[in-house]
Amino acid sequence: MALKIVKGSIDRMFDKNLQDLVRGIRNHKEDEAKYISTCIDEIKQELKQDNIAVKANAVCKLTYLQMLGYDVSWAAFNIVEVMSSSKFTYKRIGYLAASQCFHESTDVIMLTTNQIRKDLSSPNQYDTGVALTGLSCFVTPDLARDLANDIMTLMSHTKPYIRKKAVLIMYKVFLKYPESLRPAFPRLKEKLEDPDPGVQSAAVNVICELARRNPKNYLSLAPLFFKLMTSSTNNWVLIKIIKLFGALTPLEPRLGKKLIEPLTNLIHSTSAMSLLYECVNTVIAVLISLSSGMPNHSASIQLCVQKLRILIEDSDQNLKYLGLLAMSKILKTHPKSVQSHKDLILQCLDDKDESIRLRALDLLYGMVSKKNLMEIVKKLMLHVDKAEGTTYRDELLTKIIDICSQSNYQYITNFEWYISILVELTRLEGTRHGHLIASQMLDVAIRVKAIRAFAVAQMATLLDNAHLLTGNMQRNGICEVLYAAAWICGEFSEHLENPMQTLEAMLRPKVATLPGHIQAVYVQNAAKLFATVLKSQEGNTDSTAAQETSQLMIDRLPLFVQSANLEVQERASCILQLVKYIQKLQQKDVEIAEEVNALFAGELNPVAPKAQKKVPVPEGLDLDAWINEPPSESESEDEQPKAIFAKEEPKHSRPRHTEVDEKELARRREARKQEQANNPFYIKASPSSQKVYQDTPGVEHIPVVQIDLSVPLKVPGLPMSDQYVKLEEERRQKERAEKKKKEKKKRKEKRSGRGKKHDSGPESEEDITPAHQVDIVTEEMPENALPSDDDDKDPNDPHKALDIDLDKPLADSEKLPVRSHRETPKSPAEDGDTENAALQEPKKKSTKEKREKKKDKDRDRKKSKEEKKKKKHKHEEKEEDLLGGQADAPVVQSEETSEVVAPPTSTNPEVSDLDFWLSNAPVPSNTQEATTVAEAEAAPPPEAASGTAPDSEPDQPQDADTEEAKSSKHKKKKQKKEKEEKEKKKKKKHHHHHHHSDGGGEESVQNGTVEEEEPLPPMSNYCLLAENSYIKMVYDIQGNLQDGSQVVVSVIFENKGDSFLKSMEFNVLDSLNSKLQRPDGSGPHDGLTVPFQLPPGVSNEARFVFTVQSIIMPQKLKGTLTFIVKNEDSSTHEKLDFKLHFTCTSYLITTPCYSDAFAKLLESGDLKGSSVRLEGVNMPFHHLLARICFHHHFSVVERIDSCASMYSRSIQGHHVCLLVKTSGQTVSIDAKCDEPTLLGNVLDEIKQTFSQC
Amino acid sequence: MIKAILIFNNHGKPRLIRFYQYFAEDMQQQIIRETFHLVSKRDDNVCNFLEGGSLIGGSDYKLIYRHYATLYFVFCVDSSESELGILDLIQVTFSLLQVFVETLDKCFENVCELDLIFHMDKVHYILQEVVMGGMVLETNMNEIVAQVEVQKPHGEGGLSAAPARAVSAVKNMNLPEIPRNINIGDINIKVPSLSPF
Repeated sequence: MALKIVKGSIDRMFDKNLQDLVRGIRNHKEDEAKYISTCIDEIKQELKQDNIAVKANAVCKLTYLQMLGYDVSWAAFNIVEVMSSSKFTYKRIGYLAASQCFHESTDVIMLTTNQIRKDLSSPNQYDTGVALTGLSCFVTPDLARDLANDIMTLMSHTKPYIRKKAVLIMYKVFLKYPESLRPAFPRLKEKLEDPDPGVQSAAVNVICELARRNPKNYLSLAPLFFKLMTSSTNNWVLIKIIKLFGALTPLEPRLGKKLIEPLTNLIHSTSAMSLLYECVNTVIAVLISLSSGMPNHSASIQLCVQKLRILIEDSDQNLKYLGLLAMSKILKTHPKSVQSHKDLILQCLDDKDESIRLRALDLLYGMVSKKNLMEIVKKLMLHVDKAEGTTYRDELLTKIIDICSQSNYQYITNFEWYISILVELTRLEGTRHGHLIASQMLDVAIRVKAIRAFAVAQMATLLDNAHLLTGNMQRNGICEVLYAAAWICGEFSEHLENPMQTLEAMLRPKVATLPGHIQAVYVQNAAKLFATVLKSQEGNTDSTAAQETSQLMIDRLPLFVQSANLEVQERASCILQLVKYIQKLQQKDVEIAEEVNALFAGELNPVAPKAQKKVPVPEGLDLDAWINEPPSESESEDEQPKAIFAKEEPKHSRPRHTEVDEKELARRREARKQEQANNPFYIKASPSSQKVYQDTPGVEHIPVVQIDLSVPLKVPGLPMSDQYVKLEEERRQKERAEKKKKEKKKRKEKRSGRGKKHDSGPESEEDITPAHQVDIVTEEMPENALPSDDDDKDPNDPHKALDIDLDKPLADSEKLPVRSHRETPKSPAEDGDTENAALQEPKKKSTKEKREKKKDKDRDRKKSKEEKKKKKHKHEEKEEDLLGGQADAPVVQSEETSEVVAPPTSTNPEVSDLDFWLSNAPVPSNTQEATTVAEAEAAPPPEAASGTAPDSEPDQPQDADTEEAKSSKHKKKKQKKEKEEKEKKKKKKHHHHHHHSDGGGEESVQNGTVEEEEPLPPMSNYCLLAENSYIKMVYDIQGNLQDGSQVVVSVIFENKGDSFLKSMEFNVLDSLNSKLQRPDGSGPHDGLTVPFQLPPGVSNEARFVFTVQSIIMPQKLKGTLTFIVKNEDSSTHEKLDFKLHFTCTSYLITTPCYSDAFAKLLESGDLKGSSVRLEGVNMPFHHLLARICFHHHFSVVERIDSCASMYSRSIQGHHVCLLVKTSGQTVSIDAKCDEPTLLGNVLDEIKQTFSQC
Repeated sequence: MIKAILIFNNHGKPRLIRFYQYFAEDMQQQIIRETFHLVSKRDDNVCNFLEGGSLIGGSDYKLIYRHYATLYFVFCVDSSESELGILDLIQVTFSLLQVFVETLDKCFENVCELDLIFHMDKVHYILQEVVMGGMVLETNMNEIVAQVEVQKPHGEGGLSAAPARAVSAVKNMNLPEIPRNINIGDINIKVPSLSPF
């Protein structure tokens, strides 16, 4: 055997490790793929071996290969194996590999649940840590649901290292399992004030991340964050908080007012650029949210802009970049303050860094005005010429178009100039944005009527010079422009000076090399042109010209008829036949121009891009309903064609719809006519509208003629936009002079002229009148379009599910699925005894089903949903059950009573708190004080009523609750704080319930007996440890599953007084047998710091691990809790002595057992017997069993009438079997165990339990 | 949230990749290639931010990178992270990248590309102490180094590791070809049965 190990390790030495693999890959540069494939073969061999070290090594290598892009998902199961290794070094390798390559659809993930749970509760903090880290990368909804409670428990772990990881991972859990947010939130909030800065920062991190997506739910935390902001020194935390405030301010302007001062202070004081930058950002957000009413409003904005200017002027490119970025935010609301830095921004356009240039471009967008648009675009055009690299040039191009077309061409005063800019842009080689330019051309030509003549002339030139554009059109998308050009020339052909020439240009053979869709437009518009030409030629006496034109068409069109593109072919052959027919008529001297023109009569109006989407679905139309019965799946393939055939005649449903539609249509037509009549922007189809337009005042000074004369359009080169700039300047000068002359008159005129006809910029734009009285046609929308802004919201956003109201008190049904840590893990790997685990499976199922039937009524629907979900995932679940539900019932009642009282105190106060905080005193400390007083007056003693309800309950821990409530009576002084704590307390209570339900619940799953019997009273294992006037401690002891020599003591500390308790230290005097586990490096007598502080009235739970050697005898350990009591004026050291009682029961672990295994155990004869009789037990048998189960960690193996066999196992593997019989008031218990002393003690304890009731 | 952390060298060879959102392997490689393409053509004296939106998705995302000697460190983050916080700047007393790189430096004693090449796993472990699941876990360098040190395998100096070290020393001699085909596994050592004294 030993030899085998030696042999194995020698073998292993020559296995490649990661370093060898890397070295090997580096040495095989030429045939890397081949080398790696041999390595993968080796790895596959290694994975087949039993030695976990070999496997871990192989997995480690796989992780490296994964980085190189190899799919290693085939090894997922081996990764899980390595993850479950008991050795930390291997476990870590496994988790690393898993975090790199597992994802939601990795199926082995579901095998890991128990392994992860085990690691999470491991006494070694690094096991826990590595599991948390791994889990954060591959958490799935199932894992999140099953582990949420475990992770939540870890949030109060003694080690800050674990706490911070647990806090962080909660965010991932929330994302995957949104139901967990509300139950976990109070504790998360608590962590904001954790003594450890790392934990605090993690909590801030998570809450900020949550709040960023759904800020309104976190508004009530603002006071807390404000406090943190004014007290924290950690820049990282500060930045996060300030960013969070940036997200909150838009919702609550008053918050902004409160923030301005501390933020400006920070801006002045901090030396950290990152902090300064974030402050500026948030101040900007604040200023945006404040519409007005801030006296020093402009001062703050000035400060921000100044600081940003400093950033932009900095030599550091990063600062420059961020400065520009922040500037663009100010731009939206305060364009004036930014515009004064135009010089700086234009300068940035020349920066060598592309990122910076892009940011500067963004800014330009907001900086243009009617006055400077031409100048800025001119500058950009220069950049376009200079720009190297097509991406930047394309970006420039889109920016130019964006700038010019923004808000309905608001800043364009001269559309001729704009058209010429567009034409100039077509000269760009290799741009991808031909399409964009084309759509702009179309848009302008269609919507700005006055420009059509000019546009058509320009387009004709373009068409004429098409060869310049299409030089190497395969590469560039600029030929798209020809699409626009052809369409414009065709549609508005009446403006063409020389239509014949254009027609010829459009029918050139070279056109056939253009993309199909452009050719199609060419053909169609050639026909339109043809109609126009015909019209002009028919007026002449000589009819030969017209016939020649027809002949030209007939000659050229066949080229398109042969096109490979169907669209082109179809259109061409249609038109060819038409022209042939026309020719025939022409030869008979028939006048046909009118009729041909009628083919293309009518105006096309622009339609808004979203118009289709906005059409409301007519009443009675269900788009999801089947028109026909869906084909049944059972149909064989032979029948399939039939079904398809039948589908083509959906007669029965159609008519009805059309009927509806017709009515609807008629109604809509009416409405539309009405609206059009009232809409000044709507251009009526009748030519009269044109006339009306011509008559409007202010038109007479349009210098159209002047432009036409001065621009040398006939020059074959393309027009220069610069000339228009010059012209525009002149025009403006002239205008100004004119204006001076007859100022009064003009103003009047203008006002009346402007009001209706064009949408101009604000009056403040130093009154530049556009060169054209521009008639910008608004896009058409369906008349009853739904005004919806949610067009761009992503329905799949995972954060949507997290939009949960957190201020509402927790309902009883909102619990995380609990799985108590007393259970045996099912993970087989190295637990030692797997048989028990294996036994659990089937049993669970049956009880589960029973439970399903017997669901309590008072659980709400959500709960039942949850339960169903659980049912689906039976393979992992086994917690609550009907007994749990029953045990809950009375508690629920008391909870409800308290909640009836609670709402005014627990929901409203949160809000009113915030209101108060926001509306009052500017200095934070003052606020706090003030609020405290106000609250004391306003709020009734909140919990008084709740104290009465649970009084009747017999169990002690229930009393703890009561007392908790009672104690709150005499602390009205600190109402405000208390209220903040309210949530926590609520949660605390739930925590108790957890214990009730999971404790009681778990047993009865195994019982499976109690369906029809009356409910059990609530039970708890927590018993009093010690108490004085300041603090009360209750505790419970559970065996540790993983380690036979460990028990976990959970202590709930409750602050009974009205002072703040801090620096609590928990210490016990170790005995030889039992020792408190202390962190490495501390001495045997050092105390453990309790990882939290207790504000008045609050309780919290801490867990301590003890090592025990012998478990057969009960033990008592003396201990002391020291703590500091802090009042407003003083603080005193206090201590409280206690005795920890380790009963033998606490070493038992509830372990289910099958009856046959149980019988075998009894037959084996290893067990020694003992028995005990209990007299005067006055309770139903199932209560008795439940009590034994609950208090003494047994499970029922079998129950027949008034006789039951029960089983439990100690942490060190002793079997304890009971046979419980009852007759009348006498209960006899026969017991067997392999350790008689232990058994005797357990029986004594059972006896004691029953003597107490 | 941090969406991805990539480290690659001047030739675009990945040295560490850490995605906090799932991408299939080929997609990961493509992202690395594209990111390298974007980053490598930038001068050293330009700013360290890049809008890499199309790569990983959404205009909310930014690439923040730094070029150290032969390595590029690239973080892909969304708008909830502070740009300057992620990046290191002279005025800033802390920053994530700085923390990460300095921690590497401390843990490897003058880190260089070779360290990253041969100890990818260790780099991952260090990174895990800085960033967890896409969120910043710790920015205090001393704390990080301490945690990394504690978690170092304990057995490294122990007896059991001695033969392994010997072997790796042999491997490091760079012999032309280590006789891999000697099958030590089949040697049958016959232990003479000694009579008990």
